[in-house]
Amino acid sequence: MSALVPLLVLLPLLGAATALVLGAHRRAQVLVSALTLTVVTVLSAILLVYVDQVGPVVVDVGGWDAPFGIVLVADRLAMIMVLIAALMLLGVLLFAAGQGIADGDRETPVSIFHPTYLVLAAGLFDAFIAGDLFNLYVGFEMLLSASYVLLTLAGTGARIRAGVTYIIVSLTSSIIFLASIAFIYAATGTVTMALIAERVRDLPADVQLILCISLLVAFCIKAAVFPMSFWLPDSYPTAPAPVTAVFAGLLTKVGVYAIIRTDTVMFTDVDIDIPLMVVALLTLLIGILGALAQADIKRLLSFTLVSHIGYMIFGIAIGSQAALAATIFYIVHHIIVQTTLFLATGLVERVGGTTSINRVGGILKASPLVSVLFFIGAMNLGGIPPFSGFLGKVGLFEAGVALGTPLSYMLIAAGAATSLLTLYALVRVWNMVFWRPSGDVEGYSSPLLDSLRENPDDPGGTVRTKSVPRLMLAATTGMVALTVALTIFAGPLFDLASRTAADFDSPSTYVEAVFPEATP
Amino acid sequence: MTASATLILLMAVLYAVGITVMLERSLTRVLIGFMLVGNATNLLILLVSGPNGTAPIVTGTSADETMADPVPQVLMLTAIVINFGITAFVLALIYRSWWLAQLGDQGDAVPDQHTDDTEAATDATFDAVDLDDAAIQKILADSNEHPDEPDRGLEEKR
Repeated sequence: MSALVPLLVLLPLLGAATALVLGAHRRAQVLVSALTLTVVTVLSAILLVYVDQVGPVVVDVGGWDAPFGIVLVADRLAMIMVLIAALMLLGVLLFAAGQGIADGDRETPVSIFHPTYLVLAAGLFDAFIAGDLFNLYVGFEMLLSASYVLLTLAGTGARIRAGVTYIIVSLTSSIIFLASIAFIYAATGTVTMALIAERVRDLPADVQLILCISLLVAFCIKAAVFPMSFWLPDSYPTAPAPVTAVFAGLLTKVGVYAIIRTDTVMFTDVDIDIPLMVVALLTLLIGILGALAQADIKRLLSFTLVSHIGYMIFGIAIGSQAALAATIFYIVHHIIVQTTLFLATGLVERVGGTTSINRVGGILKASPLVSVLFFIGAMNLGGIPPFSGFLGKVGLFEAGVALGTPLSYMLIAAGAATSLLTLYALVRVWNMVFWRPSGDVEGYSSPLLDSLRENPDDPGGTVRTKSVPRLMLAATTGMVALTVALTIFAGPLFDLASRTAADFDSPSTYVEAVFPEATP
Repeated sequence: MTASATLILLMAVLYAVGITVMLERSLTRVLIGFMLVGNATNLLILLVSGPNGTAPIVTGTSADETMADPVPQVLMLTAIVINFGITAFVLALIYRSWWLAQLGDQGDAVPDQHTDDTEAATDATFDAVDLDDAAIQKILADSNEHPDEPDRGLEEKR
């Protein structure tokens, strides 16, 4: 089994090299990328089942034992994240392939897109299975470098402007991360997470707090937690639809994953729950209020993305086993639903010619299937029972009630309000874009639409509408089916999430997996 | 733990200058600031590695106290390579944004020149790219220049 773990990173990198060599053959590139991601998906599913039944798999890369060598740790949380990420990447790849075949690859320059996409995948998987803080940094840099290229694909003025903001913010967070690693190495003499967890307890409380906060600042920028969230809604919506979908679904969640690792494995003694809760409260409310003021669906979804990160931070701040289980379930739910909604928006853009709710209407009549796909995703994100969004929130709120402090009740209230406001924003999109007859768009006025902010980079008007290829529809339908499956199989999944959270209850599980005998 | 005061001072100056320059509006200055801050962080890693020592090469014998700590050096090397790659990318980005600025409002319109192309036209373009190598070979063969032979013009001058 331990031979399979490095393959998760190795295969996408080899696939990227192959795809680059095959630059002139578009279809062969698609085949290589799809095949690579399918194999990784199967591998991660096998590993998840194995890890769930037997226990964490630890691989010493290069044959050196920890803490001298690099370790890869595949525990339940890591494998859940890898499996979901691989599924999302595969679905979005098929969507992008459908779009590429239909548009003659003008939207996605053929020789660059697939290799970069696979490097992004390798970076994601590496970050998830890294057992060592510096390897986590390398994983982050891999996925960020790939994301810079994907975000500025085709190099139009709007994308360069958005890309500059994104790149500079990411560079800043990377530098903070690297400096934190240096501080942690100075204080503990290691970068292996399991050993940091052991040694950090002997440090003075103040030093622990500084180390923990410097790491959290770096990760909060990546996870777009308020007040470090301003960059996200400006940079994501300008990218091509498949790229935005992957970024929205996965990149912020890597930050959340790193926060979970920091808070539950490395710095278990540091008590920063109250500041985290305050930050979660502000993220929830300010994010969703931003979403209400947007006329562009992609920008609106970007703001809801920021807002819903608040739920995850809330769960991490509570820190009980039930809260962490709900957080893990919510992360899985949110990755799938957010990616699906961005893909559905990509389809709306093809059918309607724009994503501004002021200038498009009648999609329900023009394409009922696209409407249904968007509707299911929207209801799920809004937290309508019986969808998984509702289940995740109920789990979080129960854990919040169990904690019972005034702040946690405030967060529950804010969480419920955010859920309703998300629903309000998405139902307005439904009314305007889908339900409103296309004849009514000209000269339509409504208090609902007053004072909405358009996307500043949007040239205005509608562009030529395009046909919706079957492959794009199939990919989106598959993803929607996955969100529904998440609801149907919520019971077993919640059990898995609970077992994952139980691993953190005694941080020694992780440490013992890396150091079976005794910590050096 | 002892550390060199000179290095600490240098690191502090690099951080201060780097952050100040990063706050400028111009993208080129932001890049220079990023490079300075990146190098300051590398110095920080070097500083935390502890006192100087001999080369940490273990051949059969166990590690001893006089050896330098190799791990921070590995971290620094990796960080330098990553910063180098990102610097190259940002330079390309700066060039592209300068190019767009030169074109003014037309900048965004340039990539759209193929909007009205049909599928057949696109395929023809892609085919043409594939045939580039053959075309170059043909032009080289037809031309009067023979790069492999010594330059006659130069010899005549002598």
